[in-house]
Amino acid sequence: MHGIAFDVAHLLAGCLVLVSFLMLYQDRLYSLLNTYALHATVLFLSVAWQAYIQNAPDLYVTAGIALVFKAIIIPVALHRMIVKLGIHREIETVVGTGPTMLAGMGLVGLSLVVMLHAAAGANLMAREDLAFALAVILLGLLIMVTRRNAVSQVVGFMSLENGLILAAAGAKGMPLVVEMSVAFSILIAFIVIGIFLFRIRERFDTVDLQALDRFRGERQ
Amino acid sequence: MPMFLLLSGIAALLLLAILAVVFSGSRFATRLVYGAGLLLSLELLVVGGLHLLCDAPPLALSLPLGLPWIGAHFRLDALSAFFVVIVNLGAAAACLYGLGYGQHAEEPSRVRPFVPAFIAGMNLVLLTADAFTFLLSWEFMSLVSWALVVVEHRDPRTVRAGYTYALMASLGTFALLLAFGLLAGPNGSYGFAAMRAAQVSPSVGALVLGLVVIGAGSKAGLVPLHVWLPEAHPAAPSHVSALMSGVMTKVAVYAVIRIVFDLLGTPHWWWGIVLLVLGGASALMGVLYALFESDQKRVLAYSSIENIGFIFVALGLALAFRADGFQAAAALALTAALFHAFNHAILKELQFFGAGAVQHATGTRDMERLGGLIHRMPVTAFCILIGCVGIAALPPLNAFASEWLIFQAILLSPSLPQWGLKLLVPAVGALLALAVTLAAACFVRFFGMSFLGRPRSEAASCAEETDGFSLAAMLLLAGLAVVGGLLPGVVIDALGPISTSLVGRHMPVQASLPWLSIVPIAASRSSYNGLLVFIFIAASSGIVASAIHVFASRRIRRAPIWDCGYADTNPALQYSASSFSEPIRRVFGPILFLARTEVEMPPVGSVAPAKFKVHLEDLIWQRLYVPVTGIVMTIADRLNVFQFLTIRRYLSLVFLALVSLLLVLALWS
Amino acid sequence: MELIRDLVVQGAQMLLVVLLAPLVTGVVRKLKSRLLRRQGPSVLQPYRDLLRLIRKDVVLADNASWLFRSAPYLIFSTTWVAAALVPTFATGLMFSWSADLIAIVALLGSARFFLALAGMDVGTSFGGIGSSREMMIAALAEPVMIMIVFVLALLAGSTQLSTIAAYMVSPAVGLRVTLGMAFVSLLMVGIAETGRIPVDNPATHLELTMVHEAMVLEYSGRHLAVLELAGSLKLLLYLSLIACLFLPWGLTLPDASAWMYGIGLAAYIAKILTGCGALALFETAIAKMRVFRIPTFLGAALMLGLLGTLLLFVSRGF
Repeated sequence: MHGIAFDVAHLLAGCLVLVSFLMLYQDRLYSLLNTYALHATVLFLSVAWQAYIQNAPDLYVTAGIALVFKAIIIPVALHRMIVKLGIHREIETVVGTGPTMLAGMGLVGLSLVVMLHAAAGANLMAREDLAFALAVILLGLLIMVTRRNAVSQVVGFMSLENGLILAAAGAKGMPLVVEMSVAFSILIAFIVIGIFLFRIRERFDTVDLQALDRFRGERQ
Repeated sequence: MPMFLLLSGIAALLLLAILAVVFSGSRFATRLVYGAGLLLSLELLVVGGLHLLCDAPPLALSLPLGLPWIGAHFRLDALSAFFVVIVNLGAAAACLYGLGYGQHAEEPSRVRPFVPAFIAGMNLVLLTADAFTFLLSWEFMSLVSWALVVVEHRDPRTVRAGYTYALMASLGTFALLLAFGLLAGPNGSYGFAAMRAAQVSPSVGALVLGLVVIGAGSKAGLVPLHVWLPEAHPAAPSHVSALMSGVMTKVAVYAVIRIVFDLLGTPHWWWGIVLLVLGGASALMGVLYALFESDQKRVLAYSSIENIGFIFVALGLALAFRADGFQAAAALALTAALFHAFNHAILKELQFFGAGAVQHATGTRDMERLGGLIHRMPVTAFCILIGCVGIAALPPLNAFASEWLIFQAILLSPSLPQWGLKLLVPAVGALLALAVTLAAACFVRFFGMSFLGRPRSEAASCAEETDGFSLAAMLLLAGLAVVGGLLPGVVIDALGPISTSLVGRHMPVQASLPWLSIVPIAASRSSYNGLLVFIFIAASSGIVASAIHVFASRRIRRAPIWDCGYADTNPALQYSASSFSEPIRRVFGPILFLARTEVEMPPVGSVAPAKFKVHLEDLIWQRLYVPVTGIVMTIADRLNVFQFLTIRRYLSLVFLALVSLLLVLALWS
Repeated sequence: MELIRDLVVQGAQMLLVVLLAPLVTGVVRKLKSRLLRRQGPSVLQPYRDLLRLIRKDVVLADNASWLFRSAPYLIFSTTWVAAALVPTFATGLMFSWSADLIAIVALLGSARFFLALAGMDVGTSFGGIGSSREMMIAALAEPVMIMIVFVLALLAGSTQLSTIAAYMVSPAVGLRVTLGMAFVSLLMVGIAETGRIPVDNPATHLELTMVHEAMVLEYSGRHLAVLELAGSLKLLLYLSLIACLFLPWGLTLPDASAWMYGIGLAAYIAKILTGCGALALFETAIAKMRVFRIPTFLGAALMLGLLGTLLLFVSRGF
């Protein structure tokens, strides 16, 4: 039982890292959103599996939130938003895909080394879960750093948050209240960002962050 | 007795150098020098080889030469004997080639005296056993090779190459001097035996490692200390280029192994990382430079940098394994490094000989002006083809066997306990795999542009096959490359004593294995059999070819080139060397070379030609050497003031210096 | 007795791959035609083509050298030896220890080396294009292959294909995300190396993006037949490699009874046909890439391989 439990948890967490890489590889907004939906689905599976093997019913709620909000509602809403705003559908990257993915590779290696050192005392499952979670968080940050488009930055931020949830699910016994509050904060962040996007669009006719910098007077 | 034979052989080579000066006017001078050089290096080769194969105990000898209170110490152990074999095999081949090629040289009297002296210098480095004699022979070797680089002193590029080489060689010797100073410690024991016995502290050890990497690595052509190599190696006459690129770089590898593995004592695990990173960078950068170069000899020089990278990666692995106590794996990695050094010496000499033959036949080294030589120079083409297949590390030739061993060593890396190494080594492995296939691309380009296709210039279309001595030298080396690939076990077994003395174990004995296959660790893990693979390939191609010729058609009709109906008779419209590397340039160029392409279209209606320009920047030169040169120039400018002082000021400077030295002395104790 | 049986298995394997190779090409072509709602040529058409080509005269360019004439045989025999060393229906081949997975990859590299040289021999621009692009694709595919070898060697403790296959059927494998990644990257490398859509188009002659067809443009008659056969053999080799490494079920282990060999053979043929089907479906569904998208494609494969290696280090047992 333990072998299979570990293998499946490992498989799902590994898939989450992989999907983060897929998000780095995308060059269209729609496909990025679809990949994000996949990311959330994998997170749902992963958390549900943790709930099953830890026998923790409250984790099922987390999993449900992940599925309903992150895999369905938010992608659909963002889809609509893109259509409504008429946002340019290609993602403009700061660096090329190849170097970005190499950097991502380095980040994954870094997070593995750090976590395996730092959490040497913890049990195997929690340790590898934490390592993967850190990798997902760093990759999310990388997406935010290397993308010019505001929508893709939002997606990067949400994938980062998925990493947090993964870490929380792996480290047994995160109270449901904290969990709920995290989920709601994300929702609120999403709404705020959405409103901002509309406002920005109304004002400046674009959501390209470079254009925003220009209006702030940082770049001539 | 062997020691005496070796040293007298070296002395005879030095004498030969003097004789070459004396008889420089004679008609037979070339025959005399290269013939006698051939015999002497064969003698050294046989003595060294017998010592290695018989697994004889180390021999030592001291002579009352050099500094009076130290004397000159010499020692012949398995490691020295192996490198004596490499050096003298290369030297013998170069002398054989020189018998023919030396006749064509423009000013042979400028080359002849230095070749035996160069060979003697390299041999001397391998045999010395104290720091003073080592540095002396090292500097002698550098100096003589410098004289050979600047043979064609009227070409400003050669002068520049000689200048760069002299600078880098001085820097290298200086670094080695400091390294030996640290190793000798406060007691000032300059003998290698005393250094071996003494234990240095970890920080001093790390410093020595860094200095050795600078000192010997610059001679070997390790990135980023390689800048002189592609300038200097091609500038010399071809048989000397072959010696420098094929053999002198191995003397530098010897210095690294001698100091780091033998004298420095217990290694730290992160020392391996230094060699791994530098080696990986050299492998990739070397082959990329080679791919974007169109001068034949420069391509070969860059390819040497790549192969030195492979050797250093293997040495780094050996160091890491040894530090963590995995003796079997360390033995595998060290053997792979030595085997690759041997293979690369053979292949690189072969290719430089071929490039020399082509240069003599056509008067150019530029691949964009060659082509179609396979018809005019069939034997040379065949030998070079073997060299290209070999250096691209393709089975069943020799370099594949050694690179296969390196990959096997890489596959053992997960057993290392340090996470840094665990994650780094697979990445370096991927880098090496990339370098290997890029090398294949590079040598497809090298061979295809020079020997295949249609001649791109008048000179190439009326080339003649080269002389018999040169062909003999090339055929000999090509044969060795094939034999080394088919029977790698023999070489691996001969290397056993070296790894036993340096890392405490040797690879499993290969000669006892059935079918002469090679097994790095255990047969269940991995094995390779070059002989069997070769027999299979030969048999199946023979069967298929004869079956088709007997049972189906064997008729041939000659016709003009088809080329989808667009055939153009102008040979200038063939694919060129730079267009061949264009796809790879597009992948790696923008990041590693800041490559930019510029297309200038003439205005509409104009008949002027369109222009296409590619800009590549050598980032290492721009980011590392240019700033250093700038700083040196600034300091020199500041110091220039001291050129124009009065006598009184000079005197007061001397006085001040004296007083401050006395003050230091007073405060010291 | 042992020896004879081993020899028979090895010999049968060598013959099997060379006889089956044109069929694989035929099946893929037929399936692709059917998917496009065309009738398509018979699955036996490649055999007929080969026979026809063998009987024809060779038309050789005026300046073709000995290298041009001997290269097809060298390429074919190298590919054949490599294909014969991959376990198809049975492991424990007589000569499988003479080359491990790295050596098999390198043997294919030798074949590619000579093919690229042959493409440049006559001195045409099409041949040069083909050779140069082939070498670029190979240079990017090779590191991926090494990462896959690394993953497999780390898990199975060996680079011998028979040992890896025996490990992969054993229950010790478990469920590993790493293996999935290695599988996908091997698929990507296989597509690139065998010159299938989206990397290269095996069906056209005159397209500016072509690679393999450009190199063999000057060949005719028996030389072309041998090269075509070598191409089919390479496709079969990759299918067998994937089947042997990642779908090893049904593989006959050493010292099995005679009817086990029958099962092994049936399973092998079923696996190859499935592979053909998947390939045809994939090729029909996807469009050809621009040449300079290939580095990104293979870069993604390399990332998968590297990621797989990294994940392996944190998984159970390492």
